[in-house]
Amino acid sequence: MNRQIIKLFGFLLVLYALLFGFTSYWSIFDADSLKANQANRRPLLEEQTIKRGDILASDGSVIARSRPVGKGNNPIYVRHYPQGGLFGNPIGYSFVTQGRVGFELSHNDELVGNETEFLSILDELRGHSQVGDQVQSALDPAAQEAAVNGLAGRRGSVVAIVPSTGEVRAMVSIPEYDPNRIPKDFAQLNRDQSAPLFNRATQAGYPPGSTMKVVTATAALDSGELTPSSTFSGRSPIEIEGVPLANSGGEQFGTIDMTTALTNSVNTWWAQAGEKIGKDTMFKYMDRYGFDAKPRLDYPSFQLAASGVYDGNRLLGPSDAIDIGRVAIGQERLRVTPLQMAEVAATVANKGELMEPRLWSKVIDPDGRATKLDPARQSRVMGEDTAQTLNTMMQSVVSEGTGTAGAVSGIDVAGKTGTAEISTGVNDAWFIGFAPANDPQIAISCIVEHTSGFGGPTCGPIFKAVAESILHGNSGG
Amino acid sequence: MSARSRELFALIPVALLVTAGFTAVLITNSDQLGNLSVLYGGYFLALCVATHVVIRIRLPDADPYLFPLVALLAAFGMVILFRLNESLARDQANWFVLGLILFSATIIFLRDYDVLERYRYLIALAGIILLIMPRFLGHATNDAFLAVNLGPITFQPTELAKLCIVVFLASYLNEHREVLVVGARNVFGLVLPPLKHLGPLLVVWGAAMVLLVFIRDLGSSVMFFGAFLALIYVATARLSFVIIGLLLFVVGAWFFAHTAAHIQERFDIWLNPFHDAGGSGYQLSQSIFAQADGGLFGRGLGDSLVQLPGCHGSFPDHCAILPAPHTDFIYAVIVDELGLFGGAAVVLIYALIAERGFKTAILAEDGFSKLLATGLTAIFALQAFVIIGGVTRVIPLTGVTLPFISYGGSSIVANFSLLALLLMVSDKARRRVRLQGETRLG
Repeated sequence: MNRQIIKLFGFLLVLYALLFGFTSYWSIFDADSLKANQANRRPLLEEQTIKRGDILASDGSVIARSRPVGKGNNPIYVRHYPQGGLFGNPIGYSFVTQGRVGFELSHNDELVGNETEFLSILDELRGHSQVGDQVQSALDPAAQEAAVNGLAGRRGSVVAIVPSTGEVRAMVSIPEYDPNRIPKDFAQLNRDQSAPLFNRATQAGYPPGSTMKVVTATAALDSGELTPSSTFSGRSPIEIEGVPLANSGGEQFGTIDMTTALTNSVNTWWAQAGEKIGKDTMFKYMDRYGFDAKPRLDYPSFQLAASGVYDGNRLLGPSDAIDIGRVAIGQERLRVTPLQMAEVAATVANKGELMEPRLWSKVIDPDGRATKLDPARQSRVMGEDTAQTLNTMMQSVVSEGTGTAGAVSGIDVAGKTGTAEISTGVNDAWFIGFAPANDPQIAISCIVEHTSGFGGPTCGPIFKAVAESILHGNSGG
Repeated sequence: MSARSRELFALIPVALLVTAGFTAVLITNSDQLGNLSVLYGGYFLALCVATHVVIRIRLPDADPYLFPLVALLAAFGMVILFRLNESLARDQANWFVLGLILFSATIIFLRDYDVLERYRYLIALAGIILLIMPRFLGHATNDAFLAVNLGPITFQPTELAKLCIVVFLASYLNEHREVLVVGARNVFGLVLPPLKHLGPLLVVWGAAMVLLVFIRDLGSSVMFFGAFLALIYVATARLSFVIIGLLLFVVGAWFFAHTAAHIQERFDIWLNPFHDAGGSGYQLSQSIFAQADGGLFGRGLGDSLVQLPGCHGSFPDHCAILPAPHTDFIYAVIVDELGLFGGAAVVLIYALIAERGFKTAILAEDGFSKLLATGLTAIFALQAFVIIGGVTRVIPLTGVTLPFISYGGSSIVANFSLLALLLMVSDKARRRVRLQGETRLG
């Protein structure tokens, strides 16, 4: 019988090897796909047990906070947004079933508190459960509010950037949404034709209209192709690429210099300038400004769009067939984000140097230690002289040109208007600029979609309100 | 070193494991557990040493590794139960006391296990009564009649029935194995046992089918029939008998899988657990998801997600993400917290126990002792395979306990009785080997 007993043991070992094989399959080899399985709610449940860090505004007020639901030693945490829709779009939301977007997603690691292995062992020994870091954003509630009030329900966007640091003080997209509604009304918000969940500031591609002339002027001056006193004829219409091009309202100008052409936003002058500069130089300067790539904002990649000349979804380059004369005046197939145009204004304001834009300013760990972020340079777009020349020209736009509505009393403002005609009588109205012109504290872009108004009168007052809110806030505090 | 001293030394790793395990759980859940809880670790170890003394006096030649291996399994179970809910560990410790008392009583009062042979039909009858009892006195869990309610106590008679059935089979086959082999005839190239002796074997097959349909306990059915085939094979050395038996079982199971809804559902879930992961496949898919969270080394004791966040009912009866984490699915919790390493360790311990059990069978002199040790070892090892296999989807999921680890009194008491019988066979066999050695030397 002994031989049979040994064989029986062998058979049993085969059975046990099967147990080992299946256990290793589930725990190691198939683990990743099991964790991603739709039916597996464990990752979501686990998330609920973590107290996410607060998100703060620049003044320390709370934008997002996790609140425990239920009592006892086994609570779940749910996100609450005390300021409602004011920060809806830049901050986004974080809920177990709907996931995360925006700032909540891009700063998830800090907010959840993914520390080093050593630190979490220490925390465990002290009996702490996982607590995330606080993240302070650069967003200023007063500026946000001024922008929301300025847009007054009209669809559009406002972005305000501190030129010397790249900090984003305001980012507004209208229609806004209240993130507290997400758990209940996600489907409805997602279906909404006005697209409240879409962050126009970073995702929408608008024709920039005449605000593009700032980029064209940068290329013209910094490359040495043209000077402020270079002249072209301002008569209207003229043929560009075989198609007639007219000035706004068919206005006629004589042979004028660059300052006059910018102040009065003379399309025919700038289209000729664009053709003189050429595609290669135009694209070189556009790329320096950050066109043709996603902005380097601390934001989820899928919520960032690159600005540039598009054919469908494809970005075009200097080797493609492009009407560069019309690119120079912000037409053609040019699509830009409000964030990109704020970066353009901020670059001129910052003496030609583009700073990386950023929404966060500080991380504060649960023990109160704060880590402040240093500003980062993105690129030197133009020489300081060019920037100074452009600054002066943009001041005349506000003092005597199309942008007078953006003037702030007692302060010099530099700006540029834009009115992109979508169809007859329907425009995308723009204003970009910065203030004070001699010591820029804030650069702002504003757009109102599908309005009958023009750039200056429509967006000028919004620029003024946001700039005043920030400048007064600075002098006050 | 004497066998008993080796046994005592082998308890040291058990002590270390219990201490380390309890400390780890205490650190992680210090806010929820009292410091007194750690006393249960010491309490448990004192019991092990006391039992060791009983073995030392009564069975001095018994296998030195079986008891420490069992204590290791029990320690594993205690730590996991302690981690799930303090009071589960307390209950379990009390059952250990009861189990060890019964264990000691068995080896003290049952002086010679040969007496069991004399009462084999009585024992078989007791076994069958125990098996069908839940259908009349019990209630169904997951469609199966597994437990009997006797006043305040719920008890699972199948756990004890397996001992009775193994004793009967060992005794019956020991007496008839000659005729089964000699009288075998070749029919169409198939070696069949003589018809006269086929009857009792068909009765055993019938009992397994009754278990399957009437009690609806697929797990026990597989376990009993597996032990039966193992004994047939060892007793007669005829693989063909095993194959015939296996075919009969498969045909029966296949037939009932297509006629009895509860069995068919078990098979469907097994083949496709994620098809209805929120409904009928919930348990098995949750078991697999829990194991996926474990990885190579596990999440750490006390660190896996077992309780629904925000749920404040009693745990683990309510609020459990993985149902029955303390009984049927305790292996999935082990893999979740201790990883593949923890799971492999558990399987390895069962394999080592099986090795010691079969070694005992080989050393035993008479046929009954050999078959008894084989049967006890086989049914014990198969029980571990059936439940771990169910939890890891090797075979359809059934509700048998994981011996010495799962929460539950019946299983502990019955398995300690099984261990007592095995150690008695071992003591007798090894004493003979020792005396023969001494004679030769002298």
